[in-house]
Amino acid sequence: MKRREFITLPAKTVAGLLVFTVGDRLRVHAQTGKVAVPLRFFTAAEARVVEAACERIFPSDESGPGAKEAGVVIFIDRQLAGPYGRDKYRYTRPPFVASMAEHGYQGKETPREVYRSGVRGLGNFADLAPAERDQRLRSIETTTFFRLLRDHTVEGMFSDPMHGGNADLVGWQMIGYPGPLMSYRNDIDKSFGEAWRRKPVSLEQMLKRPVKGWEEEKD
Amino acid sequence: MPQLKPVDVVIAGGGFVGLTLAKEITARTSLNVVVLERGQPHKPGDYSSGMDELDYSRRYRMMQNLSEETSTHRHSVRDQAVPIRQYGSFNPGTGVGGAGEHWAGISYRFYPENFTLGTFLGEKYGSRLPANLAVQDWGFRYDELEPYYWRAEQLIGVGGRAGNLQGTKVDGGNVFEGPRSHEYPNPPHKQTYSTTMFEKAARELGYHPYPVPTATLSQNYTNPDGITRSGCAYCGYCVRYGCMIGAKAQPTNILLPVLQQRKNFVIKTGCSVRRVVHRDGKAEGLTYIDASGTETFQPASIVIVASWSLNNVRLLLLSKAGQPYDPATGMGTIGKNLTHQVSQATRVFFDKPLNAFMGAGGLGIGISDFDGQEGLDKFPGVFRGGNIRLMSTGEGPIASFGIIPPGEVKSDWGSEWKKAALTWHDRAAAVNSEAEHLAYRQNYLDLDPTYTDKYGDPLLRLTLDWTDHERAQGKMLTTVQAAIGRAMNARVGNANSNLLERYTVTQYQSTHVNGGVIMGSSPDTSALNSWMQHWQIPNLWVMGGSAFPQNGSGNPTLTILATTLRAADALVDRYLKNPGRLV
Repeated sequence: MKRREFITLPAKTVAGLLVFTVGDRLRVHAQTGKVAVPLRFFTAAEARVVEAACERIFPSDESGPGAKEAGVVIFIDRQLAGPYGRDKYRYTRPPFVASMAEHGYQGKETPREVYRSGVRGLGNFADLAPAERDQRLRSIETTTFFRLLRDHTVEGMFSDPMHGGNADLVGWQMIGYPGPLMSYRNDIDKSFGEAWRRKPVSLEQMLKRPVKGWEEEKD
Repeated sequence: MPQLKPVDVVIAGGGFVGLTLAKEITARTSLNVVVLERGQPHKPGDYSSGMDELDYSRRYRMMQNLSEETSTHRHSVRDQAVPIRQYGSFNPGTGVGGAGEHWAGISYRFYPENFTLGTFLGEKYGSRLPANLAVQDWGFRYDELEPYYWRAEQLIGVGGRAGNLQGTKVDGGNVFEGPRSHEYPNPPHKQTYSTTMFEKAARELGYHPYPVPTATLSQNYTNPDGITRSGCAYCGYCVRYGCMIGAKAQPTNILLPVLQQRKNFVIKTGCSVRRVVHRDGKAEGLTYIDASGTETFQPASIVIVASWSLNNVRLLLLSKAGQPYDPATGMGTIGKNLTHQVSQATRVFFDKPLNAFMGAGGLGIGISDFDGQEGLDKFPGVFRGGNIRLMSTGEGPIASFGIIPPGEVKSDWGSEWKKAALTWHDRAAAVNSEAEHLAYRQNYLDLDPTYTDKYGDPLLRLTLDWTDHERAQGKMLTTVQAAIGRAMNARVGNANSNLLERYTVTQYQSTHVNGGVIMGSSPDTSALNSWMQHWQIPNLWVMGGSAFPQNGSGNPTLTILATTLRAADALVDRYLKNPGRLV
């Protein structure tokens, strides 16, 4: 059996996340306040590279929290481990023919394979200074791998926390998104030009029952 | 192959069309009806668990499973087609209710001249029309369809404001529409900040704004079948989602509850229809692979093909039910007149928040001053127009993040981009259009010679590209879109005109892909008569958007329902009394 790999994060950044990892083995270091989240797809080394890259794509800075606080790497790890990562719902019959941009991605590689080789290509990325990291990412900006990484980072920031990102709803708080509320019947035609704000809730909090993302689907 | 006991009627496809037919036939006859649906049941009660942008809007959880079957695309007969490997320009649904579960609910009627468009354009423009135009008449007139439009509007509970009541123009509705016998069954939706601004600007420019007609109920409503649904709550989880409170008309909330009371109705899920079996001009039934993987033959007296448009065409081609269309000679009918819709949008940016997460699939304000035959005089080379509207459909937090006016930032990642994205968040809307897509000889469907589905059957191949006409339509519409944007005091961003340079399968345009098994008045030029009965196989009926000779500008679902109800009347009232060709 493959040895389980973990990514270690400050516990407070994954406070919202812990709820959604029931069943997974968590190692909490009482003294350091850090928590080890088990990985489903990445190795620990890969996860460090992806986390560092996501942090440059969506940095934590003066305009607000970023990919690291949201746990985006955990989101991506779960997406890749699930049906999406192995192209369960994409047409993957041959022949694979290079075509024009209007025909979209025609490659054979699954998202898992794209990440595996893309992360390998980033090499010692996690050891670089921020400016060097940005330079490295600029140099791969048009690759399939980077486009996936960039889009997945935004998804991990702003998707429901059941998917592993948007921990503690940091993404939704930052943009004022209230979560999947059932009704704006009394509000939609009011407060024109003013931001309608509520403390955000996740789908599970709104429904008051557990919900699972598609990534939990068994093969 | 196991053969089941014969039934009176077998229907391929358990979506809006198949279930509407089943409802009509079982209400008025004692015939036993079996519907074969390849997907699984949807439980509307479960849709609240689906209020998740990632799985449902980004990963297309309610759509047809492309790993099992997709289509291929090429721009012309000279090109090699490649598969549409992931979702992009259109989204066929799967499961009971089909795309009718995750549609937007927008419910336009087509214009009167749409149904006689071949004659209309020929008389009006003659030799000025493009040489390769393949526009045809439908085989009936708007007046004949009007009562069925009215029935369809009551069935799904459309809300809106009439603009032409029995010939009298009514300000506040679409004054360019054909005459209606009745006001809409329901009033329009509440409007939002952005749609209200659009309405005001359009009026100031001298246009005729109207609330977009919609089947996302504006109030509680009971339809003629006694089905009661509650008014929309504007939660915004509408397009690509099933409605969690049933406010949006869906086959599972307006048709299934009626059918479940009928003893002469059966729906079988997990059943993939493979072939229409026919011999000597008579359909004998359908073969299908059931949930356990067994291929079975279901004999029937009447066979109805009622799946999503492209799937209908593919089933006819695989079944050799009619002569395949040949674009070189113009001979043959199956696969001809493939049309999509001309989809254009211009971004507009405001200095105040829009609360754009609130909304409904059909909530919006439109104008039709450049739609149908209106307003084209100043745009030479445009023969048919399109609507222009601003919709508040409910923006998801993922898709709406990072919409920034052009020129603000160089990159789409990093600190500077993030800051700009936060500054402009919830400040962007789109003025968008759907225009009529005319039929051309070179746009058609056939079976792909290379790629297959999970059973080894060939995929359907789309040969489709835009012409100068669509580009001229696009230019006209984006010009007006920008003018309205400026009148709204918005910062006007880029239009997506590049969409019309070459057809792309990567960007969503609409799921309104029509044609391929078209109706008409002659077996030489159409596969079906105007009741959607097969010319050569009179006990075979092929219903849905596949029967449209060319596309209108309005969303086609209401016209699909109205033509289905018209065909159901002919089937029950005329065909059953005297089985054979109705024409």
